[in-house]
Amino acid sequence: MIAKQASRLTLFLLLAPAILWLGLLIVLPHVEILVLSFSERVAPRVYAFGFGNYLEFFTEPLYWRTFARTAFMSILVTALTLVLAFPIALYIARVAQGRLKAMLLLLCLLPFWVSELVRTLGWMILLRETGVISYALRSMGVASQPVELLYNDGAVILGLVYGGLLFMIVPLANALESLEPAVVEAGYDLGGSRWTVLRRIVIPHAMPGIVAGCIIVFMLTVGNFATPVLLGGKNGLWFTEQIYAQFITRFNWPQGAAFGMLLLLLSSAIVWLGLRLTGQSLGTTLKQA
Amino acid sequence: MLTKRASLKLATALAALMVAGSAQAAEKLRLLTWSGYAPADIVAQFTKETGIEVEVTTSNNEEMISKLRATQGAGFDLAQPSQDRIAGPQTEFGIYKPLDMSKIKSDQFIGSMLEATKKNTSVDSKVYGVPHIWGTDGLVVNTKAAPKVADYNDLCDPALAGKTSFRAKRPALIAFAFANGMDPFAAYGDAKAYAALMDKVGAKLAECKKNVKFFWEGNDQLLNAVRSGEIVAAMAWDTGGWKLNADNPDMKFIAPKSGALGWVDTFAIPAKGRNDDAAYKWINFNMRPEIAAKVAAAAGNFTASNGADKLMEGKLKDQFAESFPKAAIDNIRWYPAVPAGLEEIEGKVLDRLKAGS
Repeated sequence: MIAKQASRLTLFLLLAPAILWLGLLIVLPHVEILVLSFSERVAPRVYAFGFGNYLEFFTEPLYWRTFARTAFMSILVTALTLVLAFPIALYIARVAQGRLKAMLLLLCLLPFWVSELVRTLGWMILLRETGVISYALRSMGVASQPVELLYNDGAVILGLVYGGLLFMIVPLANALESLEPAVVEAGYDLGGSRWTVLRRIVIPHAMPGIVAGCIIVFMLTVGNFATPVLLGGKNGLWFTEQIYAQFITRFNWPQGAAFGMLLLLLSSAIVWLGLRLTGQSLGTTLKQA
Repeated sequence: MLTKRASLKLATALAALMVAGSAQAAEKLRLLTWSGYAPADIVAQFTKETGIEVEVTTSNNEEMISKLRATQGAGFDLAQPSQDRIAGPQTEFGIYKPLDMSKIKSDQFIGSMLEATKKNTSVDSKVYGVPHIWGTDGLVVNTKAAPKVADYNDLCDPALAGKTSFRAKRPALIAFAFANGMDPFAAYGDAKAYAALMDKVGAKLAECKKNVKFFWEGNDQLLNAVRSGEIVAAMAWDTGGWKLNADNPDMKFIAPKSGALGWVDTFAIPAKGRNDDAAYKWINFNMRPEIAAKVAAAAGNFTASNGADKLMEGKLKDQFAESFPKAAIDNIRWYPAVPAGLEEIEGKVLDRLKAGS
């Protein structure tokens, strides 16, 4: 009896840091944001309860269009990242051995030792009108005028894919590693072409890894701030910029809080939909990640 | 894993660090200001004279208000918002405390500027701000590449497509309103008329947007782009223009035909500031002509200190004289205090401008 109680206490004590961390730093602030999002300004220093901030999102095309654009571009970025990361992960997991494998993973990791801001500024130096690429193109005679490659959606997608690559490669490589070579061989023995083996054996086996990677990259992308701000053009407003604007330049915290909640809810809904469409459950995916 | 002894050592070290930290924080002034307003040598001189250490945080108008609002006016002992951005946020959020004018040496200020600022920053007949640094918003132009630019509307000239810039903030709205024959300041009192006027300005800017390379955010970003020739004309601060002018005489700051926009940055004390004495000391120290002249030279702007102009360096004076003939000075539009609520109208116009294509 006493031993049981003691072990329960131990369990509780061991869990306490995690619970405190989650409760104080994640749940509590979100509750506060939620409460804040339901208050409307009536007069200076007077606020009342209401749904106006949420209505504003759905009635003002400006805001939901920005969100739709952000979501669409994030999905595109996730898809591109997947396509780029898959062969790399396959090579790391199946072909590379020993030292080479460790080195390849390290190479993927290396850019992340530098802060996101610096990496983005690096892209700016490459892409700007007076930048490295523009200069190279001119000196090779491909272009006669300076070429502006910055401040457009392409630059934003490039920066985001670059930033998401690692988070796709690691879960993918993890998932592919556990694939038995014998299974692949059996596929060939039974007369399967390379494409058939990839489609019917490798991809289904890697599915939990693919889904895990996609969720991480999508969530990171949709909530990114620095990359779209720095690389994006005058038309490329990201939804996070709307939230920043409401909080910082508009002093309208309730509206910003409502946008924050909407970003959380809508992007979670998109992930849920993605899981549904691919027939994956969150449980198996989490095990993989 | 940490051994017991190692963790004990670590804990002791941490405790020692905390004690040392709090002992050092005996007297400190936490200053929330603009970059360039508290040069290191001035701070050092102040610490030497008074024994008070100054902790400088650089920011801009919106972030200052947001920071103070988040803490209801705590975390800083002195802030430097622009004079037009005090009354509104004060009414809305109560983030400042009234100034005790008896503690400020008012004879150190240019009289007319002090009175105007006091009037603009008053709420319920209590004064919340005194002037420190002033300057204008106008046009920074590469006169060789864009010789014809003389007013804000010229930034929308198709001949300069992809080579102009302005900030997607309220000064752009005000400037383009004036340039297109509207008077936004006259509409300040009537929110409905103001919204209608801003919609018109928004439409004008949306049309101009295809001409703009980017909406600039930081001063350095803009100056870099002008230096490299990527931008040939922009709406920007006078100080930036003069900085460029010092390196290249073709780059000029031009007071636009429809009027440069005059701003005044102030001293204001946050509602929960902990060291008002130090704040007043810093204000009086900074307004001494010889100190004010140094700060103004470092910031590249002008000061509200009486007599500092005689101590200013010749270069800035010459540049000012070239950019501002007598008529242009009279034509400067000084921002009146922004009534609470108007910024929301402007915000939406700016959101649309940034999001639309």
